[in-house]
Order: sequence, then C-alpha cells, then structure tokens
Amino acid sequence: MMLEIKNLHVNVGGKEILKGIDLIVNAGEVHAIMGPNGSGKSTLAQTIAGKQDYEITKGQVLLEGKNLLELSPEDRAREGVFLAFQYPIELPGVSNTNLLKTALNEIRKYRGLEAIDTMEFLTLIKSKMKLVELEQSLLSRAVNEGFSGGEKKRNEIFQMAVLEPKLAILDETDSGLDIDALRIVANGVTKLKSKDNATIVVTHYQRLLDYIIPDFVHVLYNGRIVKSGGKDLALELEERGYDWLKEDKELIAG
Amino acid sequence: MSSTEVSAIEELTNKEYKYGFVSNIEADSLPPGLNEDTIRKISAIKGEPEFMLEYRLKAYNHWLTLKEPHWANVKYPEIDYNSISYYSAPKKKPQLKSLDEIDPELRNTFEKLGISLEEQKRLSNVAVDAVFDSVSVATTFREKLSELGIIFCSFSEAVKNHPEIVKKYLGSVVPYTDNFFASLNSAVFSDGSFAYIPKGIRCPMELSTYFRMNAANTGQFERTLLIADEGAYVSYLEGCTAPQRDENQLHAAVVELIALDNAQIKYSTVQNWYAGDKDGKGGIYNFVTKRGACRGVNSKISWTQVETGSAITWKYPSCILQGDNSIGEFYSVAVTNNMQQADTGTKMIHLGKNTRSTIISKGISAGKSNNSYRGQVKVSRKAENARNFSQCDSLLLGDKCGAHTFPYLEINNPSAQVEHEATTSKIGEDQIFYLNQRGISTEDAIGLIVNGYCKEVFKELPMEFAVEAQKLLSISLEGSVG
Ligand SMILES: Nc1ncnc2c1ncn2[C@@H]1O[C@H](COP(=O)(O)OP(=O)(O)OP(=O)(O)O)[C@@H](O)[C@H]1O
Ligand SMILES: [Mg+2]
Repeated sequence: MMLEIKNLHVNVGGKEILKGIDLIVNAGEVHAIMGPNGSGKSTLAQTIAGKQDYEITKGQVLLEGKNLLELSPEDRAREGVFLAFQYPIELPGVSNTNLLKTALNEIRKYRGLEAIDTMEFLTLIKSKMKLVELEQSLLSRAVNEGFSGGEKKRNEIFQMAVLEPKLAILDETDSGLDIDALRIVANGVTKLKSKDNATIVVTHYQRLLDYIIPDFVHVLYNGRIVKSGGKDLALELEERGYDWLKEDKELIAG
Repeated sequence: MSSTEVSAIEELTNKEYKYGFVSNIEADSLPPGLNEDTIRKISAIKGEPEFMLEYRLKAYNHWLTLKEPHWANVKYPEIDYNSISYYSAPKKKPQLKSLDEIDPELRNTFEKLGISLEEQKRLSNVAVDAVFDSVSVATTFREKLSELGIIFCSFSEAVKNHPEIVKKYLGSVVPYTDNFFASLNSAVFSDGSFAYIPKGIRCPMELSTYFRMNAANTGQFERTLLIADEGAYVSYLEGCTAPQRDENQLHAAVVELIALDNAQIKYSTVQNWYAGDKDGKGGIYNFVTKRGACRGVNSKISWTQVETGSAITWKYPSCILQGDNSIGEFYSVAVTNNMQQADTGTKMIHLGKNTRSTIISKGISAGKSNNSYRGQVKVSRKAENARNFSQCDSLLLGDKCGAHTFPYLEINNPSAQVEHEATTSKIGEDQIFYLNQRGISTEDAIGLIVNGYCKEVFKELPMEFAVEAQKLLSISLEGSVG
C-alpha cells in the first residue's frame, strides 16, 4: 500500500474541515479527487504534505506503512511525497535550478546517496525539461516570479519530474492551462507513471481525466468522501453536478 | 508566526559564534591609557618620520576637544578610552621572505578560519597582506606587483618607504577633524594597508587583507589608504573575523580611497566580527569611517559590503563625486541577529557635472536586533545633471527585530534626478512551506531566500568572495526564521 488514510479529521482555524477521510492508494494507481469549492480537497493535500497549523484531531496517514504525521514536511518530501501546489509560491531571487539542485541533494542525502554531480544534474534537467516542454528561460529565472499562471503549473510538474516522488499529489494542476499545455502536462504525468509510484489528481474538470486515466474517482463533499467509483463517475459528475450527491450523503448520514 | 517558526528562530539565535577561539601568539602591548606619551611611544615603536608623529599629535589634540557622537540609532555603555591598550604586536617580527617563515601559531589561526595563505596564493591569485593584531606579519606577491610599479604594503611600511605619497594623500579624504572616531584613529592608528596603482596600470589581481583581532582589550585602529592614479584600476578585498571575547573590543578604522582621472577603485568587504553572545555580551564595536574621493574626471568608486558581525556597527562608506562624469556606487548587505545593532548606509556627495550614484542596500534583521539604513544624497549647486538611484530593502525574520530607513536628500541643483525606493518584507510561512515540501529544511530554505534577496549585491563581489559571503550569511542566520 502506498498511501493509507484512516478516519482523518482536521481542524483549520478552529473549524473542522476534514471530517473523517478514508482512502487507500496502491502503487501503480491514479486516483482522482473531485468535489465542489471549499469541500476540503486542498486541505487534504496540504495535510498529507505537512502544512503547519493544521490540527489533526483524529486519524492516521501512512506512507508505505510509515506514520507520516510524525514527520516534518521536509522529511515527508524526502520520503517521496510531492505536492504540486494549487497556488505555486513565488520565490524572488531563488533560481529554479538552485532550488532543484538543493532539493534533489537533500532527498538523496536522506536516502544515503551522494550529492549529484553537476554534469549529471544538468543532463537530468535537460531530459525532464523535454518531458514537460519547459522553456529554457524559465530555468534560470527566479522560481515562479512573474510566471504566468500556466507557466507556474507547468513548472510544478517539471519539479515533480526531476524529484521523482513515490506519491505525487497534483492540486488542480490543470486549472489555468491552455489546451496544449494541458495535453503536455498530462502526457508528462502519464510518462512518469510506473508500477512503483502513485498519483492523486485533484481536479474540477473531467477533460484532464481524458488524458490521465484514473483508476478511481472520489468525490469529496463537505469534508467527507461521499462517493468513489471508476472513471465513469467523473463523466457523471460533469453531467449532473454535485447536488445529487448531497442528498445521497444525507441519506448515508441519516 | 507559527510555533515552528518561532522555535526555528530561537534555534538559529542560539548558535554560538563559529570562529570563537583565541590564538596564543604572545602580544607585546602598551599598557592601557591614552595621552601624548602613548602616541609618542606608538610612533617610536614604529620608527616613524617626524611628520607622522606631528600628524598624530595634532589629531590627538583635536580629539580632546570632541565629544563621542550619539546620533546613530545604536545604544552601548560608555567607552572608557583610558582602559584601552593602543598598541599590540606579535612578539617576533622577523622580515619574512616567504610564507614558510610565518609563526606556525598564526598559520593555525588562518587555517581555522579556512583562509590558508598557500591556498589563497595558489588558487585565487590573491596577494594577501595579513594584518594580525595591528601589525602586518605577512606580505606576499609584493614583488610581482612591484614589477608593475604597484605598491602594496602595510601602512607602516608605506610611511617609511613612501613618505611623500602618504604625506600627500593621508587625511585628504577623511581629515583628522572629520569626526570623533576618525580623530581618534588619526592619533593612534596602529597599522593597515596601503596601495598605490600608478598611471594606466590595471592591477592584475585582487588585493586582499585579512584582519584579525586577537589580544584582549586592545582597540584596533586600522588605517587604509588606496590611491588609483590616472587611468588605473584596482579591486581591493577586506575580510575579517575575530575570536570570542568577553569584553567589548573597540574598532575604529579609517579607510581613504582616491581615484584620479579615469581611475576605478572597487572596494569589497566581508565583515564577520564577533557579535557577542545571544545576550549581546562581548561583541565588537565597529565604528568605521570609510570614504572615497572620485577626484578625477570619469573616475569611479564602488563600495560593496556584506556585514554580518559586530555587536554594534556604525559605518557609512561614502563617495565624494568631485570629477565631472564620476560615478559612485554602494552595494550593501547588512545582517543583524540576536542583540546586534547596525546603523549603516552611505553618503553620495555630488560636486561635479554629470555625476551619477547608485545605492543598493539590503538590510536583514533577525532575533531582537536593530538594523538602520542611513543614506545621504547631496547635490551641490554646481553639480549639473546629477543622478542618483537608491533602493533600500529591509527583510525581517521574526517579529522581535527592527528595521529603520533614514534617507536624507539635499538637492541644490534643479537639474538633479533622484529616485528613492524602499521596501520592507518578511519571509512568508508559505515560502518556507513550499521549500520544505521540496525536501529542503527550514534553515536551508531561509538561506536560499535570503541569498536570493541579496543577489544584486553578491553579484558585485569578486567570485571567491561571493561564495564566502553566502556561507557567512547562512552561518549568521542559521536557524533564524521560519
Ligand atoms: N485558516 C482557515 N480558517 C478557517 N477556514 C479555513 C481556513 N483555511 C481554509 N479554510 C476553509 O476550509 C475549507 C476547505 O478549503 P480547501 O482549500 O481545502 O477547499 P478546496 O476543496 O480545495 O476548494 P477549491 O476547489 O476552491 O480549491 C474552505 O471552506 C475554506 O474556507
Ligand atoms: Mg483547492
């Protein structure tokens, strides 16, 4: 099992946002999480990544059986968790290459590997840039500073490609991408997919799932997963919206 | 701020000074106290010509009429100038022909600092004139430089061997009447560096001096004089670090730069003196007067400084833009942590036509420190078409520190164009989290962000110095913010 979440309850700002999440993701799988605005999708993603000030009141999060909740955010990353942020952060003055080299070496150190040789690093960067068709100029620029919305998203996937995580969580990486970029990003994700890693994609749009075919689709509603299914569930949601699930949920809760 | 942030700040704040050690070279020093006799003794020990003693005495008598200035935004207990010893030298002072002759103890000190002289010599093509406790003990590459007519030696040697140049320029930029600390320095200065680059010569290597303060309770009064004759170019590096001490050590240096027609001087400093423990006890007081005169047409003086040390810093490297079309630049990174206080900045005095100046100041405050920028831009009546651009940025790490900006503008010619920009920012929690999520620790994340913030200044530093500066910055902010 790659990721196992058991009865996870999370408070943010004194308010309960996640109200008992259960989720199992196996290696080699792609899971899609959908759900209306404010339902808690980003909260779930950031909780897994280790965001401070999120109060976990109940539950467990295990990565390959290891308790993630007791690890610092950096150690979770070094264990192989990667979050492509819904709103990537700008880091003035910090070059993309510098960030990636530091990150990669920290992850390698954690795993008992030597620092990557500069030539080897450059070769790696080049090949990953091709994978997501990233402009050379974005590499030397400061991380996300002045990047367009779509460039930021593409840069997240580029970082993911370089760091090769076990568990990648893409939080609305498709929002703000034009049609071509969407295809490029999705193809990148698909190419990086292997039997040893897993991907969770948070999205509002079923069109992404035409490119990244999910094994499972979950609907997060008001802090709970109210429905899980195969990729057809996404189509159904596209057609019917979320309201019908509300009643479903009330039935379940009732 | 989150609790992890706070604890990270505290952790950083609790780091002890990495270079805190005391070396065991026997010092030969004068007893504490300051009077005419002290000054005569200093001059005699150094075997100075008469003019030098006269200069010192005039300065001393003027100093007696002055009061210690207290306009800067810094606080410290009263200094008892009679409790300071004004001269200290390593006991053995042999004439050194090669580096092998250096006292092994001194060698060790340099090794600990990571500044091995051989390494400097071999790798970086840097001529090192090491000032150790007030007296120069090692001077290298001098011969190579002298083939080009370049004079690079200790100030004492210059006084003896090139009195006519010293006489002509000493005090011509910073007169002994300039301010309290400059007067004191003019009276009791111990040693320092001297360089003269003759007409049309481009100095082929970075000239460098490593300062090191050692004997307890010894004020250090460096005196530096650099002259670039017509069309000459020189890049000078100054770097220093001091051992841990329990008593405050006063440092009042004077640096004078003179650039004649079409000459250029680039002066870079990385300063990392002992800042005191986390309660601010025992750090260095650094009261420095640094000034450059762009005396000739088309001349240029550029100051770059990275200031991370000292308990108190009072320092305003300045440019007097006399020559038409002359250029003055000031690039500064000043870091304060714990209880450190820094009041630093620059003065750009525009006198000639078409003179230009640029000021880029990056202040970083952490812990309970206070960081002030004080900058003056003065355009005289005759300075047609003067231009200045100033940018003063402050970065706060945590919420117990302070940043202050005091710009002073005095424009007496309507053709002047003066631009001033100032920003204050904090390292965001979301920035740290983003980097954490990429596997980077909070400490390294701060290092990345802070180094990114200082990029504009670091790019002005010579390569090897830039690397050192980045390391210093990380050391001084280790664990600082979250
Ligand atoms: N600091 C906070 N204090 C109170 N409520 C918060 C805080 N942070 C987030 N929330 C609330 O938590 C809920 C879930 O937010 P979250 O960002 O997880 O939603 P989402 O499902 O990702 O939505 P979207 O589709 O718009 O991205 C929202 O109602 C939000 O307002
Ligand atoms: Mg969201």
